[in-house]
Amino acid sequence: MAHDGRTTEGLRTRGLTKSFGGPPVVRDVDIDLRPAEVHAIVGENGAGKSTLLKLLAGVHQPDAGEVIVDGNAVAVTSPTVARSLGISLIFQEPTLFPDLTVAENIFMGRHPVTARLPMVRWRTMLSRAAALMESIGARIDPARPVGELSVAEQQLVEIATALSHRARFVLMDEPTASLTPREVDRLFAIIRDLKARGASVVFVNHRLEEVFAIADRITVMRDGAKVGTWAAGELSRDEVVKRMVGRELGRSPERPHVQPGEVALEVEDLTAPGRFRGVSLSVRRGEIVAMAGLVGAGRTEVARALFGIDSFERGTVKLNGQAVRFRSPREALRAGLAYLPEDRQHQGLIQALTVAQNMTLTILGELSRGGWLDRRREQELARRQVERLQVKTPSVNSAVQNLSGGNQQKVLVGKFLIARPKVLILDEPTRGVDVGAKAEIHRLIVDLAAQGMAVLVISSDLPEVLALADRVIVMRAGQVAGELSRDEATEESIMRLAVGTGPTAGGRKAL
Amino acid sequence: MRTGDPQAPGPSAETLVRAMAGTIPTRGRGAARFRDVGLLLAVVLLAAVTAVRSPHFATAANLQRIMLDISLLLIVATGQTMVVLTRNIDLSVGSVLGLSGIAVGFLLKDHPAMPVTGILLLGTGLGLILGAVNGALVAWGRVPAVIATLGTLTVYRGLVFIHSGGQQVNPQDIPLQLVAIARPGALGVPVMVVMAFVIAALGWLLLRYTRTGRAMYAIGSNPDAARMRGVQAGRIVFLTYLISGALAGLAGVLYAARFATVNPASAGVAFELQAVAATVIGGTSILGGRGGVPGTFLGALLLGTIANALAVSGVSGFWQRAIEGAIILAAVAVDSLIRQHSFKEGARRV
Repeated sequence: MAHDGRTTEGLRTRGLTKSFGGPPVVRDVDIDLRPAEVHAIVGENGAGKSTLLKLLAGVHQPDAGEVIVDGNAVAVTSPTVARSLGISLIFQEPTLFPDLTVAENIFMGRHPVTARLPMVRWRTMLSRAAALMESIGARIDPARPVGELSVAEQQLVEIATALSHRARFVLMDEPTASLTPREVDRLFAIIRDLKARGASVVFVNHRLEEVFAIADRITVMRDGAKVGTWAAGELSRDEVVKRMVGRELGRSPERPHVQPGEVALEVEDLTAPGRFRGVSLSVRRGEIVAMAGLVGAGRTEVARALFGIDSFERGTVKLNGQAVRFRSPREALRAGLAYLPEDRQHQGLIQALTVAQNMTLTILGELSRGGWLDRRREQELARRQVERLQVKTPSVNSAVQNLSGGNQQKVLVGKFLIARPKVLILDEPTRGVDVGAKAEIHRLIVDLAAQGMAVLVISSDLPEVLALADRVIVMRAGQVAGELSRDEATEESIMRLAVGTGPTAGGRKAL
Repeated sequence: MRTGDPQAPGPSAETLVRAMAGTIPTRGRGAARFRDVGLLLAVVLLAAVTAVRSPHFATAANLQRIMLDISLLLIVATGQTMVVLTRNIDLSVGSVLGLSGIAVGFLLKDHPAMPVTGILLLGTGLGLILGAVNGALVAWGRVPAVIATLGTLTVYRGLVFIHSGGQQVNPQDIPLQLVAIARPGALGVPVMVVMAFVIAALGWLLLRYTRTGRAMYAIGSNPDAARMRGVQAGRIVFLTYLISGALAGLAGVLYAARFATVNPASAGVAFELQAVAATVIGGTSILGGRGGVPGTFLGALLLGTIANALAVSGVSGFWQRAIEGAIILAAVAVDSLIRQHSFKEGARRV
């Protein structure tokens, strides 16, 4: 654990707190980063890890608390200030200039210029960039546009940028999320090298095997707060998982066992290189199957492929026993498969349109006669859904943007129910809705299944998964890591499969 | 339009383009360079064909006319290039040109003895002010660039009519010393053409060799990343509008010198389209982040040559408009194809 506060070298935080309007995302966090160490931060989705890094890097400003560098309290008011303090953040998704060269990406805003006129010295810049890239063992032509590089190579450019700023605190947010095992090895070699040079590397990661491979100390976060910091040798993986999950382990059987009907959706060996591989699953009528896993495990990608938004390379999809391959969401909806996207603001609802207009969007063809919309039927159908789902709205003619998040989600559900699907895929159906609306949506999902619909729920909310699911499919790194029956499923068993500590079904060689 | 034969790019043309584009490519990959070579070839081919078919094309007087037309366009398009590089657009330049031309024209009616330098500075200064309005709207008012400058396009054109009372500036109102800058000077080249080349060269230097210029690319390529790197996007976007406005204002004076009349209903009308066309045809992405003045020069060269070739071949002005529009569409489509092609490798890997 932390020293007595008299450490003068390194970076410490005291009582760091941040909220974005709602409950705090980072709560009263004290951490210390020492020179020449690799410090891993682990936690479930939404534990506040990324926000913590952004506070340190000046992307967000804390509501309370302070950052102390080398014993002095500092105000990290912008990324530029952070860099001048030696703090560099490397994002999960590289934030670079795709049109510009590697060299310029490294030196943007600090181009070497001639002494008399402020003219950029391209040759100097290119050779300095080449030297930096070489110092981390990357063989990338500094004159290449960054947009042509792979994500791994782009990450190396970000690391070179951090080095060029003489960063003493290199913060990496899930740096391995999109890397191949070989690229991960190379990244680790660079991290060890940074450490040998005296830098303090902070490493946010979900994959515990990687954390244990590289970290000197591990900080566990949960619900925005720090659970604790331990030397890596002090803890086993299982102990880390336990501390990540934290809540009372166990489950409350809210839902009676149901006798599912025939198979409605059957997927075999679905593969799209780089996104997911060899995914097989089935959902029966009347059954609720949950798809669990960490963000980036490929769950949404699978759903999008099934729904005809993205393509896949191989594999079979059967809907009610018939082999299908949808080329567009329209085809999928017609055949009886509906998908509720996670990002309802952008993908699901048209904010400026009314409740009725949104709900009937997918069945406009049925609703119109000779090209003219039957407004009365539109209103009637919408009113029926509003009643059934108990959407709180002044009328079906109110604009969706005026409704609360939970009610918007219900409108979205209504939009897909109106097309009477046989199979319903819901992607994070309760993210961002309040507790009351969440319970209602859960009840609705259970009702739908009871009426014979086959439901696949993608959720990162473990209590939700446990409350709803008849079966749980856990994905990790683009593959199905395992399947748990209702009785086997606990927060711990799911988490274990999701982060890869238990027996693996294929590991993460695929990506 | 001919975009060049894939077999054809000879080493000499390529060397020439590389010399113009500078030795260090910002993104000198095949597709973009191929477009530059294609543009140059298209100009050469078009000129050759027209010269054979029409005796009026390859005359000294006509070539000079082309140069003057291109100069006017190049000056305005150089400013436009900077604006477009930051993922914005300045649609008001035609109206700025018109307002500047009318304003100095009416001033000259009363003060015919004004020195040329003073006249040029006045027009430029007026453009600077008009550009500052655009810049403030876009950079700080957060008004989308298309809307903001479409608005000022209309407002500025309105001011043209108000100021002129619908009257045009006639040749007898334009003093000879101003007209002279559009006439052959030393070595037979008009001062105006020299000015255009100097401005384009300065624009190229700014964009390629200053941190400010590089920041323009950064803002257009990834605004969020630019912010993270401490690039002051607001100030730089404002600056691009200042430059664009000032150059359009200067072009207004040159317009008066070149044509010796300024008609409120036609001076600079639809000129913004030509400026955007030259920019985009030259390879500056409409989404910002890539391109530059050398390409814009080629774009202006092509547009000027086409307009002139059509005119001397007796094709109506209406057709010229339609052809110009088709070329812009083709250029934007090509840009989008190149972008998809070159970034597929890197970006598609999740």
